[in-house]
Amino acid sequence: MPRITVTVDGITYEEEVEPRLLLVHLLRDRLGKTGTPVGCDTSNCGACTVLLDGRSAKSCSVLAVQADGSDVVTIEGLAQGGEWHPMQKAFHTEHALQCGYCTPGMIMAAIDLLRDDPDPSEEAVRKGLEGNLCRCTGYCNIVRAVRRGAQEMSQARQEREVPAS
Amino acid sequence: MSEELDAGLVAEQIAESGRLGEPSGAREVGRARRRKEDARLVTGRTTWTDNIQLPGMLYMAFLRSPMAHARITRVDTSAARGRPGVVAVYSGQDLADEQGSLPCAWPVTEDIVIPDHPPMAVREVRYAGEAVACVVATDRYKAADALEAIEVDYEPLAAVTDMTEALAEDAPLVHESGNRAFTWKFAGGDIDAAFRDAPVVIERTYVQQRLIPTAMEPRAVVATTDGDDFTLYSATQIPHVLRVMLALTTGIPEHKLRVVAPDVGGGFGSKLQVTAEEVLALLVTRRLGKPVKWTESRSEGNLTVHHGRDQLQRISLAAERDGRLRGVRVDLLADMGAYLMLVTPGVPLLGAFMYNGIYKMDAYDFTCTGVFTTKMPTDAYRGAGRPEATFAIERAMDELAHELGLDPVEVRRRSWITHQEFPYETICGLTYDSGNYEAATDKALALFGYDKLRAEQTDRRERRDPVQLGIGVSTYTEMCGLAPSRVLGSLSYGAGGWEHATVRMLPTGKVEVVTGTSPHGQGHETAWSQIAADALGVPFGDVAVLHGDTAISHKGMDTYGSRSLVVGGVAVLAACEKVKDKARQLAAHMLEAAADDVEFADGSFTVRGTAEGKTIQELALAAFAAHDLPDGVEPGLDAEATFDPDNFSFPHGTHLCAVEVDTETGACAIRSYVAVDDVGSVVNPLIVEGQVHGGIAQGIGQALFEEAVHDSEGNLLTTTMADYLIPSAADLPDFTTGRTETPATSNPLGVKGVGEAGTIASTPAVVNAVVDALRPYGVHDVRMPCTPERIWRLVAEAGAPAPAATAGTGEPAASGAGETTTSASTPEESAR
Repeated sequence: MPRITVTVDGITYEEEVEPRLLLVHLLRDRLGKTGTPVGCDTSNCGACTVLLDGRSAKSCSVLAVQADGSDVVTIEGLAQGGEWHPMQKAFHTEHALQCGYCTPGMIMAAIDLLRDDPDPSEEAVRKGLEGNLCRCTGYCNIVRAVRRGAQEMSQARQEREVPAS
Repeated sequence: MSEELDAGLVAEQIAESGRLGEPSGAREVGRARRRKEDARLVTGRTTWTDNIQLPGMLYMAFLRSPMAHARITRVDTSAARGRPGVVAVYSGQDLADEQGSLPCAWPVTEDIVIPDHPPMAVREVRYAGEAVACVVATDRYKAADALEAIEVDYEPLAAVTDMTEALAEDAPLVHESGNRAFTWKFAGGDIDAAFRDAPVVIERTYVQQRLIPTAMEPRAVVATTDGDDFTLYSATQIPHVLRVMLALTTGIPEHKLRVVAPDVGGGFGSKLQVTAEEVLALLVTRRLGKPVKWTESRSEGNLTVHHGRDQLQRISLAAERDGRLRGVRVDLLADMGAYLMLVTPGVPLLGAFMYNGIYKMDAYDFTCTGVFTTKMPTDAYRGAGRPEATFAIERAMDELAHELGLDPVEVRRRSWITHQEFPYETICGLTYDSGNYEAATDKALALFGYDKLRAEQTDRRERRDPVQLGIGVSTYTEMCGLAPSRVLGSLSYGAGGWEHATVRMLPTGKVEVVTGTSPHGQGHETAWSQIAADALGVPFGDVAVLHGDTAISHKGMDTYGSRSLVVGGVAVLAACEKVKDKARQLAAHMLEAAADDVEFADGSFTVRGTAEGKTIQELALAAFAAHDLPDGVEPGLDAEATFDPDNFSFPHGTHLCAVEVDTETGACAIRSYVAVDDVGSVVNPLIVEGQVHGGIAQGIGQALFEEAVHDSEGNLLTTTMADYLIPSAADLPDFTTGRTETPATSNPLGVKGVGEAGTIASTPAVVNAVVDALRPYGVHDVRMPCTPERIWRLVAEAGAPAPAATAGTGEPAASGAGETTTSASTPEESAR
């Protein structure tokens, strides 16, 4: 069985895996990273989205062996020093979740979306999150949350830059 | 947000909803509290059933029938047994003696046919996806592998997927007893008189296509045993009902069976069920003495989660020339699928009371025939019966308006119950306790910018713009707060509709609320905390809400039908009042005053006219210490209460939708959507708004995107999320929501329920808008879902005097077209 090395939420794991093992099952069943749920088996819903080397990936569509040598961030690795990520806060503030099953994937996808477009319009958020399905919220508050998260992230960046000068 | 929305009104509405500010004062009820539940959900520290790992746990997988209807002549599991990691393989026959029959708790008529429903098929399969055999293995991959080694010989039998065909004399039989499950009739007033010489009669047939509920969390079950004690974790809405039913089905004594609903990722009715997999997990864990887990894949779920809707509605309105309704007649066929599940037959009956909508009339007549077909059974799906009913009456009201040349809003005004007439006994015998349809409608029209949009519509028609504008309205009411137990009894439902709560003051003054409701996204932990905090005068953060575990919450009727707040939330309030009564006695004793002289405010009991008092927290500690209690008073400050309402509650509202329909491509885009709902008093405006948003999206899904499609042999063609389309963020606009508040008079909180409102109202609003856009083309109905292809075909076929020059293509018309759709289309005609 192939042996892989993968860093998940800052911890490096060495694992022997069947070639067919999906990354999401490695995370959930082997590493106990159950914060990433599975919502479908066709990569349509996006509930299992994680950051793979910084970019969002649907972890049900990635084989564990493909993640060899990669850095994976799941929803559980997002908070820093006990402080929620601005996007987590924004989802809470805007009531952008109900059952919460899509939420980890939605937050991870939103963070990646902002890498390309730090201040997305409503339309850009709707388009950008097309691959993440939610059945509870009707998306209104998710869109608001992503835009709020974007503002707060950009504010945080500016604050970091000021003292440096 | 669309420019035609009145920005000032919208801002005012948002402020009212609590998004921009919170009411002053210390009251929690009415405040837009952010949810307690969110912390674990946004950080991934959840307990979904599939997250549960128990030592030595085994995994189950099911072999499912690839045919809709067949006799099973042989099942050979021997090769599968020898596969690596396989612990056991069972066919239906192997478990036949102990698997029992899945329950139907709603035998709606005396002569209803309730077929035996084994969790795993033994001799015959009756829908594609029915479980035929089950593998238990050491991991989920090995379990899936071993399924391939099971050999099954099927002798194909004819499938029947269409209800009308199923009722024909020579139809293939789903069950030997015939394909008619029941006929249920209901009437009020003299319907023949209402239709005799009626100046206007509108007769239409509408297809409620079959839907797949699609909660984001697939179903999952973990069963475990310790001697003769069993625990079942399940992604269920109904842990309490499930425990009773599983005890009856499996023979495990009820007191030896604990059911836990951990975090549950949405339900919408689809987890209001006693499923084959739950029963089989218990049987397997009983046989093997080891914990087992089963988690469905989405494609397995699309086949085997109960489906929703699937009705054929023939509705007739008799009206005066001025638009006033005389009577409504409904003849309904309801597809039961292959078996009757927990509340399958009751779903269309819930609709029976709602086809009259918000309107006054002299007579009403309803007949429903439940029909067996070789498809997955139907059962409750968000709104259960009421969205179907509302769709039919609201579509037909638009046809009446068109027939009379009246504005669709105006035609509704002519027959609706005015606010002075409440309480109002409807032709169906329900008493609508309160409401104000005028206020909700006026507010919605103002927010929407109705007149401006109508002007634009006229302009586009005159310009022969290929992109036409359609405006759709729906006014609705629903019956929530399921339900008064005696009413459920009179409808032959197997249980009551009460709800239970326990409120415990802990020695340190903190509070535990135990509720019989079982949330799966509705925010009960937050809302119930708000109710208890106000009632007891304690901080919101000092209240914990416990639920979803029969070992913790010993009584309950769970969560469905927008009943949780209206029944369960009121039970919490009632238990708090009992706690306060006891605290008052204790305070009087400690303060040496008469109980009548002790006043309660802001969490303290004081002797009238003095500053002397005790906080409720001090009293909790005193009740715990029990050093000095009045005679006859037991230690501890806690109480339980059960609330059984006298009446349903009746939320109502007006939804307006503007769509742009491209007549050249059939593409249809929602331009703006306004919802004004009256859900009575509001505990948490943020949660209410969220529920409305989600409900609207789900109703739009039915109108525009969703349909479970079967081929003529009964195979489901929409098994994945790539084939069964639920709306994405890119498919929807921002919704504008508003509220009016007419408190319910049937409960002390004045609440009415909100979970289903958006879904009930939005489907007809959207389809009315699509049809409105296409009327100049001679199109007067579009069968749901209104897909681009279906719209394009209708426009092309009509080839009628149209504002835009559209060439006919000679393509056959899609179903549902025509001035009077008296013949129905079938799901097979789907032009998907």
